[in-house]
Amino acid sequence: MKRATHPRHKPAPVPLPVTSEWSFDSIEQYHTEIARVAKDYGLDTYPVQIEIITAEQMMDAYASVGMPVNYHHWSFGKQFISTEKSYRRGQMGLAYEIVINSDPCIAYLMEENTLTMQGLVIAHAAYGHNSFFKGNYLFRTWTNADAIIDYLVFARHYISQCEERYGEEEVELLLDSCHALMNLGVDRYKRPGKLSVAQEKLRQQERAEYLQSQVNDLWRTLPAQELRDDDRSRRPRFPAEPEENLLYFIEKNAPLLEPWQREVVRIVRKVAQYFFPQRQTQVMNEGWATYWHYTLLNTLYDEGLLADSFMLEFLQSHTNVVAQPPYNSRWYNGLNPYALGFAMWRDIRRICEEPDEEDRRWFPEIAGSDWRETFDFAMRNFKDESFIAQYLSPKVMRDFRLFAVLDDDREDNLKVSAIHDESGFQRVRQILSEQYNLGNREPNIQVWNVDLRGDRSLTLRHQQHQRRPLGESTEEVMKHVARLWGFAVRLETVDEAGEARLIHEARVERPARQAGVELA
Amino acid sequence: MARIIDRRFDSKGKSTVNRQRFMRRFKHQIRKAVSEAIHGRSIRDLDNGEQVSIPARDLSEPILHQGRGGIWEQVFTGNDQFVGGDLIKRPSGGGGGGGGGKGEAGNEGEHEDDFVFQLSREEFLDLFFEDLELPRLIRTQLACITDYKTRRAGFTSDGVPANINVVRSLRGALGRRLALGSPYNARLRELQQELEQALAEEGEDSANVLALRDQIGRVRAKIDNIPFIDSFDLRYNNRVKVPQPTTQAVMFCLMDVSGSMDEDRKATAKRFFMLLHLFLTRTYEHIEVVFIRHHTVAQETDEEEFFHSRESGGTVVSSALVLMRDIIHERYANGQWNIYGAQASDGDNWQNDCAVSRDLLTQDILPACQYFAYIEITDGDPQNLWQEYETVRASRNNFAMQRIQSPADIYPVFRELFKKSLS
Repeated sequence: MKRATHPRHKPAPVPLPVTSEWSFDSIEQYHTEIARVAKDYGLDTYPVQIEIITAEQMMDAYASVGMPVNYHHWSFGKQFISTEKSYRRGQMGLAYEIVINSDPCIAYLMEENTLTMQGLVIAHAAYGHNSFFKGNYLFRTWTNADAIIDYLVFARHYISQCEERYGEEEVELLLDSCHALMNLGVDRYKRPGKLSVAQEKLRQQERAEYLQSQVNDLWRTLPAQELRDDDRSRRPRFPAEPEENLLYFIEKNAPLLEPWQREVVRIVRKVAQYFFPQRQTQVMNEGWATYWHYTLLNTLYDEGLLADSFMLEFLQSHTNVVAQPPYNSRWYNGLNPYALGFAMWRDIRRICEEPDEEDRRWFPEIAGSDWRETFDFAMRNFKDESFIAQYLSPKVMRDFRLFAVLDDDREDNLKVSAIHDESGFQRVRQILSEQYNLGNREPNIQVWNVDLRGDRSLTLRHQQHQRRPLGESTEEVMKHVARLWGFAVRLETVDEAGEARLIHEARVERPARQAGVELA
Repeated sequence: MARIIDRRFDSKGKSTVNRQRFMRRFKHQIRKAVSEAIHGRSIRDLDNGEQVSIPARDLSEPILHQGRGGIWEQVFTGNDQFVGGDLIKRPSGGGGGGGGGKGEAGNEGEHEDDFVFQLSREEFLDLFFEDLELPRLIRTQLACITDYKTRRAGFTSDGVPANINVVRSLRGALGRRLALGSPYNARLRELQQELEQALAEEGEDSANVLALRDQIGRVRAKIDNIPFIDSFDLRYNNRVKVPQPTTQAVMFCLMDVSGSMDEDRKATAKRFFMLLHLFLTRTYEHIEVVFIRHHTVAQETDEEEFFHSRESGGTVVSSALVLMRDIIHERYANGQWNIYGAQASDGDNWQNDCAVSRDLLTQDILPACQYFAYIEITDGDPQNLWQEYETVRASRNNFAMQRIQSPADIYPVFRELFKKSLS
């Protein structure tokens, strides 16, 4: 059944196809209409590239952290096997969309989905997420949408070359170690340089040589004459300032790494950096995309383009996505970022359009403002932490019946520190905001010192937050750090009082032929 | 305008490499799981993959994260009973998180469930047989093509009369006749036209008509002279001989069931036979298994009886070897079978029989066998059969023997027996 492909040129709206089977024509029609409405709302997006894939390819994409290309590593195989297993057993439906922050923005549609789901995914991924990727300051400054695919191609190629030259095992061990430090391989505050394949390739050789010479510098700092022990404390630390990006520090300074190993460390670091914004904008980003698929499709429905059957199917999946079970439900698994984000964006629009007295008190600057401008500003300039601190309204807190629980291991009981009432709104909001602060969620570990004149051991410092200790896999990770660094690595933890104490030390077992190098 | 790209037909199995990497990395654990899996299998149960489970902690990827303890203050949803300042009893087992929810999903992320996944049949078997190879297998494949099969291969222009293909030959003859006759037929039609014209214009007896009739007669004669069938037309069915690699094997399981073989020893022997069978399946399409058990007399049995019935009495090994020899002659002597022998015994034999057994082996059985393996299941010193067989081992290279003390020795012994040897 073929219908007019350009309904908007007709005076009366021609409804979009309603069959559940999709076809390329019908996807195209849906896309055309969704794009038109999105443009009317002023969504600024990268060009869209829609790719139809099979379930198996979706699992492939899952396994390589959503990217169309990636280097080879066993952990991706593990991910694939477990995804495949749970999919085969029907324990899990695949997410209906994967969208890649690239230019053009690639959205995957799974061939098993109905036409309604395809429409939903186009609205959600190709316009919701896409506009967020293009607008949000974190993505703008930290990722290069036009270069990421090329960079991954380069990375894959480079790593497979390394495998050929140095052996798969060698490369795999190195990648294992890098992956263990991936979360500590990002610049949290410093702005990263631009990625570009051409430059990468061109500079890679140069960099390799340059880095090696830098490292040699580190060697040359060996003193001409032995310093006495009591001088130790007066020596300048290296690095002069603590360094938060462990992989960066290792790439630049680890004395024993070969140039190609430094390059691999760099690749892992770059990939980690690329995904860093996604981890900081879950609530905002998913809420934004959910808000827009909801709004775009409802607008189309109001225009008379969508059938009731479409809306019923769409609303059913939509409500599943934004469901939020209460804390005592067996389905409870923390706050659902889709639900919270969707509710917050909806609420912002409500505050703009129909503010009540409470809203004017809490949000004097946006109450009654133009909602499109407010949306745009909020989307561009915030991340989860600040977004919640800024925009979580008493109404949303009441609707979600949020309450905060204080768990102090020195107390016998847990304490409800605040609930969704007048005296608790501020506190709940603050705690929730901190909960989304990656700096609080992940341990704060920095490079503190390298014993340049002694055994070249690396000292890391863990700054305790709220007296929280490190988890049990720390020992394993320390072995990985030691493997990369090539000498002993110490981990100190600094408690609230500022007292540092050694909690872990990883030594390097060195083969005999290198025994002379070890000065310890 | 959006681009819509159909990627469904792109190369599949992007994750294959990663899966292989995963398998390689955890080969040790996987192999262990596989070894355990065969406890529960029958000798011939090979056509399945295997569910393998690896302890999750072995393949965790460590990251630095915050552990339990210290202060956690978290927001939950769905408050139905609390007001600010309420005290809640700490839920047992959970360090943090009020109200029974799994509040600290982030830092309690390590669950100790096993990582379970399905090995395909191929992967399962590969794990067994990696770097094992059937002894002298390559030589067998190259040299032991003993069987030919004739197969149709179109038609040829020469052959024996019995192979003439009538339809093909006559079709060729018809074509040839048409081709050779066509100029005469054309000439004939022309002449007949002229004749009719001449008849109408000049009448029956004119010279022209007579000449034409004469010409027509000569052309007809020429057409009739074209042979109905020529040796040139003959086509023969063509058959070629195709060498047929032997893809079937027979495996003889010989076991001593005299009183001295207890259940444990039989179980050990079973494992040995199982592995051999598994290995042969890998190499041959079709395998028959012959079970021969013996004490003082030998008997052919089915699998069930072979492993489970009890006998007692003395031991005469040669009885089993005689039976094996006879069965080979009777059923497997046509050169289409690869014959493998596997003998398990506690090594205790009637003294006078040892020499007889050795002669049977060297003269009758080993020449017919691809391989013959003997395992002696004993905790003590080598028995008399072992000593006798050692002389066989010295002179034959398709004979192997090993001593096994406990079931745990089986796998290494098996590998030892069938170690890659391209001698």
